Amino acid sequence: MSFRTLKDILAAVQIRQVPFWEAVLLDDVKERGIAREQSFETMRGMYQAMRMADADYDAELRSASGMAGGEGAKLEKFRRGENRLVGDYLSSVMEKAVKMGESNACMKRIVAAPTAGSCGVIPAVLLSYEEHRDVEEDRMVEALFVAAGIGEVIAASASISGAEGGCQAEIGSASAMAAGAVTYLEGGDQEAIVHAAALALKNMLGLTCDPVGGLVEVPCIKRNVSGAVNAVIASQMVMAGLRSAIAPDEVIDSMRRIGKLLPGCLKETSQEGLAITPSAQKITQKLTE
Amino acid sequence: MNIFDIIGPVMVGPSSSHTAGAAKIGYVAGKLMAQPVIKAEILLHGSFLATGKGHGTNLALVAGLLGMKPDDKRIPHSFEIAKEAHMEFSFGETDLKDVHPNSVLLKLTGEDGRYMEIVGESLGGSVINIASIDGHAANFSGDYPTLIIQNEDLPGRVAEVTSELAKRKINIATMKLSRSVRGEDAVMIIECDHEVWEEAIGWLKQMEGVKRVTYYSQGE
Repeated sequence: MSFRTLKDILAAVQIRQVPFWEAVLLDDVKERGIAREQSFETMRGMYQAMRMADADYDAELRSASGMAGGEGAKLEKFRRGENRLVGDYLSSVMEKAVKMGESNACMKRIVAAPTAGSCGVIPAVLLSYEEHRDVEEDRMVEALFVAAGIGEVIAASASISGAEGGCQAEIGSASAMAAGAVTYLEGGDQEAIVHAAALALKNMLGLTCDPVGGLVEVPCIKRNVSGAVNAVIASQMVMAGLRSAIAPDEVIDSMRRIGKLLPGCLKETSQEGLAITPSAQKITQKLTE
Repeated sequence: MNIFDIIGPVMVGPSSSHTAGAAKIGYVAGKLMAQPVIKAEILLHGSFLATGKGHGTNLALVAGLLGMKPDDKRIPHSFEIAKEAHMEFSFGETDLKDVHPNSVLLKLTGEDGRYMEIVGESLGGSVINIASIDGHAANFSGDYPTLIIQNEDLPGRVAEVTSELAKRKINIATMKLSRSVRGEDAVMIIECDHEVWEEAIGWLKQMEGVKRVTYYSQGE
């Protein structure tokens, strides 16, 4: 991976006169010395694995801790009912994000994107989009390249690990990646893509990683919903002409600095925050019994 | 790292370090045995011990030893599958020195009586390190075909081995040398860009001063 900043990708887009997604693909082709088709088909495999994981959701399963499972089905039922507040697309995004997070907690097969804990964000946004707008699969795969390019830059110049940067680095990164991807699908150009990523990430700055019992369940699963919905609102803002006042690469660098400043007790060690609340203690007590 | 470490890997959840990494450690260890494991004593260290259960670390380690990769849907059922395969396994605690918090010591016995002790570390994002084999420092990732050669610590051994590999057009990706005491046992860890054919391994085994050759193949 040779891109360290979003500017690097925009420069490649300029020089090669290709769309954002193709600049990411061409970089992979060059880096790994593979054929163009190979890179594209590998990414298609990832998209199809996401689709399969979504279809494979099992509402009956519970995680080993007993904390996770069955809630995606509740959201599905509510989406199909009369009382929902938001529209079809967002209702579907919410439902798929929880389903994937629960599948992960229940040891089903998922695609880490960028991590297992944040695996619900990107598929929720993209699979719902594909169903809602009826787009060709190739275009969905292209959107995944957009997401990968943004994620690659965040990994290189900040972090995608909760232990290193807190939840902002996991759900925040996934949200930024999804925002860029869906903006591409909506017809946004490369400048719109990076601003959508920036707006999404800004909303996630400072988010801590304080999971109950050290497990990828509470608050991780429902936080996938907030990351996914946040990606959609960032994209819609950008498509309406709004822009990030802070340059996108500077937002990523802020995330890196904030991640460093976050104390260790809030970075996947379960020593503070939600993890030490009386409710959490009750749950963890049950786990050790 | 490449873009498929960002979108990917496809894996069984819930944790890339505690589940996928654990499965990979088991998988590499099973391959190093080069024969079905009939008995596995699995000793957990640090965070593997503390939060492993909720992450399916135990299931994933056993699955790996049975030859399942981190994306194998059968991982949650590995205990039953081990029973069917007549693989005995037990879990315990250990306190290893100078290792990553996510570590495990595997004491393995194979069908033909081979016994190995392997320490594996899960470094995060499903990246692993095989830290030691039978007490000797190893340090390789399992991402390349890897030769582990135990030999007498004598001049020229490294040159002989590498020239043999060169003759067979096998490119070396990384190479590490270590020894316990000068003039006694030395270990070469060679990560290769290509699979090493069986014939070459046979040749290495009968080389003067070579005590043991263990090979981690990436093939099925």
